[in-house]
This record gives sequence, structure tokens and C-alpha cells, in this order.
Amino acid sequence: MPPEQDKISRDASSTTVPFYNDPKKRSILFQIATLLMVGLLAFYLISNTLTNLDKQSIATGLGFLQKESAFEIGESPIPYSAADTYGRALVVGFLNTLIVSFIGIIITIILGTLIGIARLSSNWLISKLAAVYIEVFQDIPVLLQLFFWYAFFYNILPSPRQALNPIMGVFLSNRGLVFTVPEAHSVHKYMAIALVVAGVVIYFLRRWSRQRQARTGQSFPVFRVSLALVIGLPLLTWAVGGAPTAMNVPALKGFNFVGGTNISPEFTALLLGLILYTAAYVAEVVRAGIQSVSKGQTEAAMSLGLKPGLVLNLVILPQALRVIIPPLTSQMLNLTKNSSLAVAIGYPDFVSVAGTTINQTGQAIEGVALMMVVYLTLSLLTSAFMNWYNKKTALVER
Amino acid sequence: MVEKDIKQKKEEVKPPVASKGAVGWIRANLFNNWFNSILTIITLYALWKTAPPFFRWAVVDSLWFSTGEACRGAEGACWSVIPANIRFIIFGFFPYESQWRPLLAMILLVVLLFYSRDRKHWKKSLAYAWVAGLVIMGLLMKGGLLGLAPVESTQWGGLPLTLLLSVFGLTAAYPLGVVLALGRQSQMPAVKSLCIIYIEMIRGVPLITLLFMSSIVFPLFLPEGVTVNVILRAQVAIIMFTAAYIAEVVRGGLQGMSKGQFEAAESMGLNYYQTMRLVILPQALKIVIPPTVSQLISALKDTSLVVIIALYDLLKTTQSTLSDPTWMAYSSEAYIFVALIYFFCCYFMSSYSRRLEKELDTGL
Repeated sequence: MPPEQDKISRDASSTTVPFYNDPKKRSILFQIATLLMVGLLAFYLISNTLTNLDKQSIATGLGFLQKESAFEIGESPIPYSAADTYGRALVVGFLNTLIVSFIGIIITIILGTLIGIARLSSNWLISKLAAVYIEVFQDIPVLLQLFFWYAFFYNILPSPRQALNPIMGVFLSNRGLVFTVPEAHSVHKYMAIALVVAGVVIYFLRRWSRQRQARTGQSFPVFRVSLALVIGLPLLTWAVGGAPTAMNVPALKGFNFVGGTNISPEFTALLLGLILYTAAYVAEVVRAGIQSVSKGQTEAAMSLGLKPGLVLNLVILPQALRVIIPPLTSQMLNLTKNSSLAVAIGYPDFVSVAGTTINQTGQAIEGVALMMVVYLTLSLLTSAFMNWYNKKTALVER
Repeated sequence: MVEKDIKQKKEEVKPPVASKGAVGWIRANLFNNWFNSILTIITLYALWKTAPPFFRWAVVDSLWFSTGEACRGAEGACWSVIPANIRFIIFGFFPYESQWRPLLAMILLVVLLFYSRDRKHWKKSLAYAWVAGLVIMGLLMKGGLLGLAPVESTQWGGLPLTLLLSVFGLTAAYPLGVVLALGRQSQMPAVKSLCIIYIEMIRGVPLITLLFMSSIVFPLFLPEGVTVNVILRAQVAIIMFTAAYIAEVVRGGLQGMSKGQFEAAESMGLNYYQTMRLVILPQALKIVIPPTVSQLISALKDTSLVVIIALYDLLKTTQSTLSDPTWMAYSSEAYIFVALIYFFCCYFMSSYSRRLEKELDTGL
């Protein structure tokens, strides 16, 4: 043994190791240094900011939320006018973000699943078309797609006078999408209540049927009964309430449509861009999930004598969903975050409203912090859900 | 003997015509059951309804080198919007007579990228070539030396800006992401929690808020009189954003390493840095090539978001071309052109990642 190495090994065994060679002490030292550095940097930035704010006499704090906003918002799910406060304006923006994300997520999951299944189709044409769709829409920036659809709505589509009329009661023009809705009637409120009641009944029905099956082995057609309840209860309410059939049909009056429900071009372009972009990613997620279940699982389930529907429900889906759900959730989160690009095409989402607020009040730090907090909260909630789901569905290895 | 006869006869029996050649292929792949047959027919009908009109619009009836006025009455696409404005779309506000400089810089970049594609060329000399290339590119863009007129970076725009933001964004974000991933796996609680906070915070917010941060909040952080170029600020925001995502991808690779690898490295007497550099990272980074590349592709696409803080990247120059009333109506053509540029960049990256994955596959 060379003398030097001998010395080291003897040092290691004795207690007289210098502190910089002791892994424990060294790690503590390193951590203190890191924290000090981060702390100093934060202190430096904060003190600079405070001096700057003081010099430019910018107000601080969230007091501006109580002030009158003095700007209009194009579309709002709740009553809002320029006389309302900034706080209310931000709530409107937040609701708009939620609306576009929620509708977008639902349609994206449906479209993405269809394309993902099409990608695996034994039909060469369908599979190749799906592959081309996925490759093309994944490789073009979503902002560019939004610009494309927005310009498409404004430049390519005709004016309301020559509006396209693809289906009866639906008009597509450069003022957006206008379609027929039932005339407002008090029975609609009760129909909504009936739907909620149906949901509650289904929940208890499922519990009861599961318990009964565990006890007696008898199965109960939960799905069919649920479907009947969801459709039947509101329909029954509608019939009992006098079955109103009056429709609010949009009609051309002057230069625009009157009546019906109008969806603005901004909203349509944003929704379309987000859906088409995210669906390409969802399709890949779905494809990977389906491929992750080996063929032997299907064969084994069938050899047990399960019907095809049960094979899918009890064997394939539980395994595929475990692979699909986590990346799917992160795609949904991406869609929500990408909806912030609405600011580029003038849809009043949260970022857009917060941007206007910053411009008017000059309180950039609070404005940007609010944006971050809102999105961060959404993400943390989603990841909390994910952790819960992962724990619930994790394989219990025996 | 009899057996042999049978064998020969077996070989002579040819498959029926319907199961080979073009007809067989069509039957097997397009009409193998009634559902697929209906699907094929519907799809073919839809294609027949859409593809020929599109072809007529895009090629047959299109105009390529006309004026904006000539496009008014045209039936087809007005691709003329691109040649008429190509220099603004590609170079933005770069001084007109010096636009050969960014062009040369981009050609140099593309040549270097193509040369680096081949792993046989990955030597020390290539690293020097990259350093020299980057210096030359910077010189070409910035000027001020060797008789080149200086150009303010506020005048940079178009494709060079997009490439600059992406290439520097990706090369700086990757090592930072690896460091963050190692930090997150670290045994030291302070380092670990700092890294977790950073990664989760950045991943929880949209890039656009970071860009707002860099463009309107960051100037407040600096002492009075100190200003940082807006392009550099956006660049830093993109790097910070991408690094957090890469960190998560790399963490996936680190978690995929078996404990035996760490123990083996330790038993050989390697310290932390040697373990990571020689044993863990080469394997971990290799298994995460596909997700890393898709992250890098996202980053490339995300550079287009600088439009929102009014930097004149490729998308913004195109958009401002379209604010000219002459060309306003031809947005589809212009956006399709830009989409093709992005598509080819991304496609190049993803096909390269597939190749690299195959080359690095050691069968382990």
C-alpha cells in the first residue's frame, strides 16, 4: 500500500477528520452557503425594487382591486360594466379562462381519443391520416395556430349578410357563430335541478349495486339505468312543465344578427386553436395507453368467458387508464395554461384583463403576481388530484 | 420420396391473386371488414371533396409574384404576399443593405448543425468550431468590428431572432435543467427544497407570465440606471422556463437508474461528481432522449410567445406584414408559410432524435 493512501485510510477511521472532508459537515456548510447566496440575492432585488417603487411613486399593495376599473370587457358571464371594480374585472377574466378551458378540455378529450384510436386502426388510410394530423399539429406553435384561426374568422368568412348556414339555425360569419337556442322559460331551471337529482340518484344506485353484487353476486345494469335517468328525468320535468317548444331563432337585422346565442370570433378561434393543438398530444397519450396493455390481457379475459364489453370495462380500461390519466392531466393543464395566449387575439381571459389592469394602474408586480398565483393554484390543485389518483390506482404488488 | 413431392407441390401453390400485390394490399389494409370498408369509403369521399379544391386554390389558381392589387380578383391563393415581403418577414428591421449578414450567420448555423448531426464528427475540434462559429455569428449580427456597421440588438428580428432565442435557449437550459434535476435528487434538504420550489413554481405558471415578468417587472429589480436589453431578458425567461421542464424529464431518467449503479460506483471509490459524470448521467440522459427532444421542440415553438411582449420574431414580422391593407386579406398564405418553417425545424429535431436513439441503443 502506498504510504499516502495508508494515511488517508487511517484518517478516515480516526475522529480527527478536518471539517471540510467530513461529508456531513461539508453538506451543512454547502447548504448554508446556498441559502445565504439565495437570501442575499433576494434581499438585493427586493431592496432595489423598494427604492425604485419609491422613486417612481408607484403605489403598492392590493388596494387597486377596490378602485373603479373604467374599462369595458368584451364578453362576460356575469354582469359587468366599466363602473365596476378591478377586482370584479379580474373575476370576469378568471371566469372566462375557466369557461374556455372547461369546454376546451371536454372537446379535446373526445377528439383526442378518437384520433388516438384512429392512429391504431387497422385501416391504413385512417391510421396514416391520424399520423399526419398528429405530426402537423404538434409541430406548429399554438400561437401561430391561434393567429391563423383568428385571421380566418375575420378575413375569410363572409359578413353576416352572406353568412354561411351549414345546419338549420346555425350561422357562421365574421361576427362569430350564431345559433338557435330555446326561448328562455322557467322550466329550464327545474330541468337543471332534475339533472342534479339524477346525478345524486346515480351515485347512490352505484353504491347499492356494488354492495349487492359483493353480497349476492347479482349484477345490475347500472350504465343503462343511469343513462335513462340522465336523459329521462330532465325530459320528464320538461314535459310536466308544459313542454315549451318556442325557439329563439337568430335573424338578420341591419348588419348583424339579432336573437339566438352569439359566440364571438375571438372565443371560437381560441377554442378551435387550443382544441386542435392539444388533441394531437392527447391522441399520442391515448395511443400509448392502449398499446401499453398487452394482448395477453384481452385473451386471458376472454378465456375466462367475459363478454367483450366486460373485457373492456374490467380488464383493459383500468390498466390503460392508469397509463393514460397522468399525462392526460398534464395535457389538460397545458391547455389551461395555453389559454393565456388569448391575450394575443383579444379574448378577455385572466391574463388579458390583468394586463389591462397593469397598464392602467402601473402596479406591475401585483398584477404579474396575481397571474402567477392563479395559475399556480390551478396547477397545484391538479397535481394534488394526480397524486391522489396515482395512489388510488397504483399497482399493489404482492 | 412422397414427402418430397408434397413439399414441392406445396411450394408451387401460389397465393390467390386477391391476397397479394396491390389488390391484396388494398383488401388487407382498407377493406378487411365491413366497418373498415365504410370508413375507407367515407374518408375517400371527404378527401375527394376537400383535396382537389385545396389543390386548385393552392397551386392551379394561385398567384406567386404579382402585386397585391392583382390578387384582388384572383380565385386562388395569393402567395405573392411572401416574395413581396420576404425580406421583412425573415430579417425584420435589420438595416436593409446589411441583411446579408444575418443570412450568412443563419447559413453558418445550419451548416454547423448539419455537420454535428453525424456522431462521428463529435470531437474536440467540433466544440472549437462551434465556439468560433458562435463568435462569428455574433460578430455578423452585432457588427462594429472589421468594417461592419454596428447594428443595435433592438433592430434584430425575424428568423435570426427566433433561431437565436431557440438555440441559446436550448443550449443554456439543458445543463441548467440537469443541475436542477440533480439538486432535486440531492440528500441536502436545503438544496432539495430550493430546487423543488423553483421547478414546481415555474412549471405551474404559463410562459407568458414569465415573459411579462421579464419585460415589465424585472426592470424594477435592477438598481437605477442599469438596464438590460429586452431580448436578453426574454432569453433568460425562456431559459428559466425550459430548464424547469428539462429538470423533470432528467429526474425521470435518474429515478430510472437502479440502485446497483450507485452502489457499484461508490464501491469503486468514485466521489459524487465522478459517479454522476461517469456512471449515472451518461445512462440516465440516454434513456430520456425522446422526452428531452419533445421538450426542446416545445421550447422552440414557445419562442413564438415573445410576440406578446412585442419582440419582432418570425411570427411578429409576419403579423405586421399583414397589417398592411394591401396584404391584409392573405393571412392564410403568410401563416402557412411560417407554419412550414416551424414544421421543418421541429420535424428535423424529432427525426434526429429517433436516429440518435437508435445509434445510442446499446441493447442494455
